[in-house]
Amino acid sequence: MNLILFTFIVLLGFTSYYFGRRKAYTIQSSKKRLTALPQFYGYYLAIWCAIPAFIIFSLWAIFEPTIVKLLVLSDYSNQGYLDDELNLIYEKTKSLSRGQFTGEITPFIEASAEKYLSLRSIAQNSKAVIVLSIIIASVAYAYKRISSNSRTREPVEKFLNAVLFTASLAAILTTVGIVFSLIFQTIDFFKVIPLFDFVFGTHWYPAKAFVRDSSEALDPTMYSDTFGAVPIFAGTFFIALIAMCVAIPIGLMSGIYLAEYASSKVRQYAKPLIEILAGIPTVVYGFFAALTVGPFLKELGTSMGLEVSAESALAAGGVMGIMIIPFISSLSDDVITSVPQSLRDGSYAMGATKSETIKRVIFPAALPGIVGSILLGVSRAIGETMIVVMASGLAANLTFNPLESTSTITAQIVVILIGDQAFGDPKTQAAFALGMSLFLVTLCLNIVALRVVKKYREKYE
Amino acid sequence: MNKNKEQLLNKRYRAERRFRLYGQSAIFMALLFLTIFIFKIFSTGYSAFQKTWLIVPVNFDAEMMMIDQNPSKEDLQDADYYDIALKSMADLDQNANDDQKNQLKRMVSYFFEKEIKNEILNDPSLIGKTKEVYLTASDDLDQVFKGNYPRDLPEDQRRVSDYQLKIFDQLVAKGKVESKFNISFFTYADSREAELAGIASSFMGSIFSILVCLMIAFPVAVLAAIYLEEFAPKNRFTDFIEVNINNLAAVPSIVFGLLGLGVLLAIFHLPRSTPLVGGITLSLMTLPTIIIAARASLKAVPPSIREAALAMGASRMQTTMHHTVPLSMPGTLSGTIIGLAQALGETAPLILIGMVAFVNTIPGSPMDPAASLPVQIYIWAESAERGFVEKVSACIMVLLGFLIIMNLFAQIIRHKFEKKWN
Repeated sequence: MNLILFTFIVLLGFTSYYFGRRKAYTIQSSKKRLTALPQFYGYYLAIWCAIPAFIIFSLWAIFEPTIVKLLVLSDYSNQGYLDDELNLIYEKTKSLSRGQFTGEITPFIEASAEKYLSLRSIAQNSKAVIVLSIIIASVAYAYKRISSNSRTREPVEKFLNAVLFTASLAAILTTVGIVFSLIFQTIDFFKVIPLFDFVFGTHWYPAKAFVRDSSEALDPTMYSDTFGAVPIFAGTFFIALIAMCVAIPIGLMSGIYLAEYASSKVRQYAKPLIEILAGIPTVVYGFFAALTVGPFLKELGTSMGLEVSAESALAAGGVMGIMIIPFISSLSDDVITSVPQSLRDGSYAMGATKSETIKRVIFPAALPGIVGSILLGVSRAIGETMIVVMASGLAANLTFNPLESTSTITAQIVVILIGDQAFGDPKTQAAFALGMSLFLVTLCLNIVALRVVKKYREKYE
Repeated sequence: MNKNKEQLLNKRYRAERRFRLYGQSAIFMALLFLTIFIFKIFSTGYSAFQKTWLIVPVNFDAEMMMIDQNPSKEDLQDADYYDIALKSMADLDQNANDDQKNQLKRMVSYFFEKEIKNEILNDPSLIGKTKEVYLTASDDLDQVFKGNYPRDLPEDQRRVSDYQLKIFDQLVAKGKVESKFNISFFTYADSREAELAGIASSFMGSIFSILVCLMIAFPVAVLAAIYLEEFAPKNRFTDFIEVNINNLAAVPSIVFGLLGLGVLLAIFHLPRSTPLVGGITLSLMTLPTIIIAARASLKAVPPSIREAALAMGASRMQTTMHHTVPLSMPGTLSGTIIGLAQALGETAPLILIGMVAFVNTIPGSPMDPAASLPVQIYIWAESAERGFVEKVSACIMVLLGFLIIMNLFAQIIRHKFEKKWN
């Protein structure tokens, strides 16, 4: 039904374009001067035909279910049902009306199902009627405007401008959506678990909160000492630190080499090859870390008489570092190339060797940009998920031994949310609270990094 | 004094050479990682493209199938194949006791009944005769045949018994074990049994998600880029939009998964585990990437083009839509493809919206539950069975293949169609 109506509106839109344009030609043939190109007459009519209809159409789609639900459930309003029970009754009614209900059919539910069906059909029919009459009215109005040869280009362009503007709001909407989806769950979480326990507690053991009957009232004492996020924050920064220990020296040195030493031929091949590392999906790195690097480090450790976990922080962090190399190398390459040649020439003229010039002149000049690229790398490392989920442990140990296993914010979010989640459960909310902290930390890093890089660029432009 | 100077100079030159060496070794390390990486994936994965078959004589005995001598098509469809399937496996060793018969049965996949059925559906004249049928070997025997299974482990530590190995070796000696190209890897959906698991379901899931992502992200991103680059007044609000876009491009992907879970599933009640939700989530993620690429390529169109159009009396909207945007399309498209390639490799947000569920049917629309290729890699990598290791690598090879094709495509568009302005 909806699909038919939808196609119908689209078809009508195209036809009105055709009629609008034809009208323009008839005006033209009567030796009158057109106010715009003929296709604008078409666009004008098509917009007036389709847009009001679509607005009504989508408003209807949003509000119809709620209104129908209210009307159906109004029969039960004075019988003292709880909200949850009412929802259950409504679900039963809907499945009965679809003929998929398997439980016991009570006369009450049967009556509501009938009511539901009749309301739905009334709604559908009135929707079709209203949409069609809107189309007729708006097309008639627009056609009259066209016939009187009034302006069409300006309104059409104004409309297009509005569409473009709306599209540009998508980025803001996404940010709002992220904050919105995180903040409510997070607030609910902190109603049960005090912020202090979350930020300074040292035991993270969310599985403990899972063993509980959902009908039971929330018992705060049960969650004390369960959601202390210190081990996770520590693990996150520790693994990111290991990653940066791999990525910074290799990435920075290859960036410097590519920018200052490499012949154009080496540069032409080496740069894209290194950038392949950035294009490999992270799940592939995770598999590599879990299957190859982890066991290799364990064997190596055993041969040296060290106790190494197969899921060591070193394996996850090391592989993550490899992943981040290209980010740092290409950004620092860009930054170093944009240092003005005059600085180099000055240094060479004083008799400095190439490496001395790089270390004493170019590096300090490029430092803000390099710091920015490193910060972006850190933000990547903190937000990286799959490598940690697959290669590092899932139990949150508070340890700074790279040979033991630790867990990170992202890994814990996945562990908690994989499979079915019950919203309203502190465990699920904990995942959102972790997501919130992740978002905030990476946001700060990104803002600082982007500022620094931008400032630096402006300096030499 | 002179000698001192020379020493100093030599020291400085040595430092120069050392520094250069550091740079070279850094590049070498990065490329070494890449090589090890690709070598490792290929060396473990190539064998998954071969599949081991046991050739077993099957007696199509009408009585055991509970049909008469001239059965109709329906009779054949409904006939009982389990008994003849079981018997043909048991007949591999005439002296087998019950426990050994059970072990014989487990040498092939549980599809053996279906494979025998297909044989007779293709050729109904087989009734009453004996024919050698290709049956899929169990994943452990598959690994044994490919030489990936440590046969020297003590018996209680491996899933293949000595007895099964003995019979298997007899079959190999008789030439009744064959290895053929593994078509089912591409046509079967996921399965708990490694020998029957294929990538068809996750492949379709990926295709649907990417299509949904493209259909949402591309128009919105291009329109937004046009507005920001061509029409937006320079004020606080547009600055705010810019900051938002740049930040979104760097937000960890898992946060988008939380957005999908918290908004699309919990508030809009879209169906869980479907490519529809996956595609929408991925589209929010690729949006900033495409916007940034589209803006860069709009910016690259020289102002002279705009001025020429305006001078001819075109309105700003006409100038943009008829001249600037078409000229910027190659850059925008290649940016879009690169964004989609990123989305194709994304795993974490899809796990959060439930695309990690076990799906053993091939999805027919974006509204059916599905996995995606990277999620399939994750699911298989978490499986303990040995047979899945090569499957993971093979799946990675397929995924990397797609990413390479997409990136090449983006390069070609960029080089072939982009105008160079001087």
